[in-house]
Amino acid sequence: MSLFLIAALPFLGAVFPALLIRAGRNAAASAAGLTTFLALMGLLIHIPSVMRGDVVTARFDWIPGLGLNANFMLDGLGFLFALLILGIGLLIILYARFYLSREDPMGQFYTYLLLFQGAMVGIVLSDNILLLLIFWELTSLSSFLLIGYWKHLPEGRQGARMALAVTGSGGLAMIAGMLILGNIVGSYDLSIILQNKELIQASPYYMPALILILLGCFTKSAQFPFHFWLPHAMAAPTPVSAYLHSATMVKAGLFLMARMWPVLAGTDAWFYIVATTGLITMLIGAAIALFKDDLKALLAFSTVSHLGLITMLLGFGTKIAAVAAIFHIINHATFKAALFMTAGIVDHETGTRDIKKLGGLRHLMPITFTIGTIAALSMAGLPPLNGFLSKEMMLEETVHTTWLHSHYLVPGLALLAALFSAAYSFRFVSHVFLGPQRDDYPAHPHDPPVGLWIAPALLVMLVILIGLYSAAIVGPLVAVVSSAVIGGEKLPYYSLKLWHGFTPALYMSAVATLGGLFLLALHKRGEQIWNTLPRPEAKQIFEAIIDAMTRLSRWITDEMHNGVLSRYAIIFVAFTVGLGYYAYSTGTIGIETRVPLPAQIIPIIGWICLVGATLGIMWFHRNRLLSLVLIGVVGLIVSVAFNYLSAPDLALTQISVEVVTMILLLLSLNFLPTETPWDSSAARRWRDAAISVVAGLGTGALIYAIMLRDFAFPTISDFHLANSYKGGGGTNVVNVILVDFRGFDTFGEIIVLGIAALIIFALTESVLGSNVRAYLLNRKPHWPQSGDSHPLMMVVVTRVMMPIALMVGAYIFFRGHNQPGGGFIAGLIVAIAYLMQYMASGYTWAIERQRFYYHGTIGWGVLIAAATGLGAWFNERPFLTSDFGYINWPPLEEFEWATAMLFDTGVFLAVLGAVMLALDSLSRFAWQPGMAQEFPMDINPLRDDLLEEEQGKEQA
Amino acid sequence: MEALVASAVGIMTAAGIFLILRRRTFPVILGLSLITYAVNVFLFATGRLALNAPAVLNKYEEVPYTDPLPQALVLTAIVISFGMTAVIVMISLSAYLSAKDDHIDMSPQDSVDAPGDDA
Repeated sequence: MSLFLIAALPFLGAVFPALLIRAGRNAAASAAGLTTFLALMGLLIHIPSVMRGDVVTARFDWIPGLGLNANFMLDGLGFLFALLILGIGLLIILYARFYLSREDPMGQFYTYLLLFQGAMVGIVLSDNILLLLIFWELTSLSSFLLIGYWKHLPEGRQGARMALAVTGSGGLAMIAGMLILGNIVGSYDLSIILQNKELIQASPYYMPALILILLGCFTKSAQFPFHFWLPHAMAAPTPVSAYLHSATMVKAGLFLMARMWPVLAGTDAWFYIVATTGLITMLIGAAIALFKDDLKALLAFSTVSHLGLITMLLGFGTKIAAVAAIFHIINHATFKAALFMTAGIVDHETGTRDIKKLGGLRHLMPITFTIGTIAALSMAGLPPLNGFLSKEMMLEETVHTTWLHSHYLVPGLALLAALFSAAYSFRFVSHVFLGPQRDDYPAHPHDPPVGLWIAPALLVMLVILIGLYSAAIVGPLVAVVSSAVIGGEKLPYYSLKLWHGFTPALYMSAVATLGGLFLLALHKRGEQIWNTLPRPEAKQIFEAIIDAMTRLSRWITDEMHNGVLSRYAIIFVAFTVGLGYYAYSTGTIGIETRVPLPAQIIPIIGWICLVGATLGIMWFHRNRLLSLVLIGVVGLIVSVAFNYLSAPDLALTQISVEVVTMILLLLSLNFLPTETPWDSSAARRWRDAAISVVAGLGTGALIYAIMLRDFAFPTISDFHLANSYKGGGGTNVVNVILVDFRGFDTFGEIIVLGIAALIIFALTESVLGSNVRAYLLNRKPHWPQSGDSHPLMMVVVTRVMMPIALMVGAYIFFRGHNQPGGGFIAGLIVAIAYLMQYMASGYTWAIERQRFYYHGTIGWGVLIAAATGLGAWFNERPFLTSDFGYINWPPLEEFEWATAMLFDTGVFLAVLGAVMLALDSLSRFAWQPGMAQEFPMDINPLRDDLLEEEQGKEQA
Repeated sequence: MEALVASAVGIMTAAGIFLILRRRTFPVILGLSLITYAVNVFLFATGRLALNAPAVLNKYEEVPYTDPLPQALVLTAIVISFGMTAVIVMISLSAYLSAKDDHIDMSPQDSVDAPGDDA
């Protein structure tokens, strides 16, 4: 099965439990199980090639320019982790089906679980570190959903938030580290990075990259001092804990350390950071675990401790230690998942997880007792179970390790940790299952149905079998994985067996076991001492930090976003001007290469009008109507200037936009105050004027400098000019750029325009739905209203104009490809034609005759444009590729057809709909009762005659 | 000619910024419109000025053409800026009708009342 499919299956399957939960819990669980099973089978198909040491790859270049490729690879290491994720995942799905109660939303649970599973599989199969980072963040997010699954529990929510904050921020650090790594090597492909050990370790950026990547790994794998989130994540349902904390989430950090081992390990920095952190974590986790009364907390801290152990082994940087680390990852996954499930069963059947309330369960729950004991003894490191084997290897390695010239520090501390580890494992067995039977259990304990114990039982079988026949069962796997970790070099000599002779490790194991028993006997006494010791409470420290950061960011936000918009504008303008000045003072502007065009008299007159109008707006802006008239003058001159300066398309667009904008502003002024009062002090006005003048000078000088110089680099415009006719089939290059070369931009723009119109419509709806409506209905206009608001002349003229205006619109549209015109302009012209009817005959009259909705017009426009673009796909071209040709109907001139024309139709409709929807919405504010007229005109000579005739009849 | 265009851009920018710094909605809308003109002309002028050289290909003889690319960009910018103007007009109108106040700045009291205030 393709690696793409293996990685995608959990994500695809995540849909089904959520949907199938309506068909019952079994259906949802089966769907989840089947998906996982399929992915697992897909993985197992690759066994032969993986065992040969081959690397299975699947490549898909997504954005090669950015180095972002969806590349997957499957080597020994990825295979092992994928096997753990999918295999244990399958068992967890089975277990959760029986564990979750009737009230829990099971569909959601399996959906979250599959999302998480997919993200994990993605991590271990990624061959591109950017892709890996995406999956890495996805695990943080999906584990947040899983840990906080019991939303009603405050501990669940807090634990989920803490896990997300810690692992998420570690993930951010790792993104930075990975990007540095990618930059050093010049590729983001793992397979290439892994071959550049010397290059990376010689780089001055090695240390920052190492520290940042390790931050990501340590937070994920709950290494000291980030270990505290893991115990708090125990508020999740037990299947989640068993899954996340035995085989998957926390192992992601270990996976990455193992993955990066060939290029990052082997330096002093690596040894001292990784090995020391691992050692401290192992010791602290084991010590705390011994004194935890909550079963799951005990297991959580023991997990922290074992993760520390594996981290330490990876940190040693020797090949044989890496082999031991891999072996312990397998063993830990098996016994810890079984232990978590056992704890879940005890909790489920007795109603408590408090060790102080338990004890004597061995006769009441014999099956659970057997499973739990075997798994716990493996965790303690007793022969002949698998935990013993890897713990022996670990102790053996510590003996050969010197830390700052000390031969005894590492083995001594490791031995101490092993001793604690044995003690808490024994405590798990003796304080829960052994001892006298009690009669105050919260529930009546008995063994659970087979569905609950079958999964841990299978795992315990593995624990025993791997212990007894390790070389036969996992030997080849360990060999393949280890050689993948150490980068394909020759494996050192090692043997996976129970008896190695009388070695130092054996003596250490014996001491740890006996010491563990001894500690257990002294547990009561030790607990008293432990409770009197001052201990920093990680949760409180974490919350204090979070609180301080929240306060800080709130303070910054409040100070910067104080709601004074004019201040934002000043800061923005001042900063931009400063930036411009900096660029001017540090850069060079080159010499003038162009001769200025001579200024003729007409442009100078236009300039005087424009400047006069602009200054007039500034001066008279308190009189709003006058300033509106003046801004109309500015717009008019700008459009004339466009025409004069060889931009007929812009001139047409500008002048039609000008019309609709003016109508819009006039309509709004109908409701707003007509005068602007004096608000600012004189000093403030002078300050604003100074800032504006500086900004204006800067802008003017900049464009002046640009206009007198030629392009510094060759422009792409020549390409457009050369290919407009050949490639796009049109002679109006501006229009061809819009509908063809840059069609995708235009497509986005008509969507934006449509969204803007819909926002306006939505705003209108909400305002008219509130108590503002009453005010509007009773509003008295600012100005005395005309007695003849729909004048005869205007009505008649606009009626006559309507077909002509539509004709002009059609003409402008059709000639657009070859002459100035096109969809944008035609849309605006037709909109104006409609608006004339609104203005002349009244809103009510026009709306009664409207046959279509503007929303639909926008929608059709976007759809037609999209369909045109998609059409290119059917001809195996990229989105929006256009085609054109010529038709010759004998009596007529030659016709051109182009798919761009169809696209332009979409633009036309979207623009028309958007403009009309915006103005139509605004017009609705003006509606008042009594405005609706039966007649289109207020004064109608014909009607008056009729009236007189009727009156005459009555008199007669 | 270049000096005329550049000075017009500068003056429109200055006037636009001055109006944006006012404290009522309507002058700010006018200011944004002025800046829109200034920015559009600015972008257009980056294609350098040319007289009687529209970018419409002439099949019959070799003639100079102006730079079509800034024109295409500005064309959509004009239409989009209409959409933007319409949205802010509508927002300021709704705010004025709801609160009977056309100040653009929130007073400190407003920001306290803001959540849950849906009048």
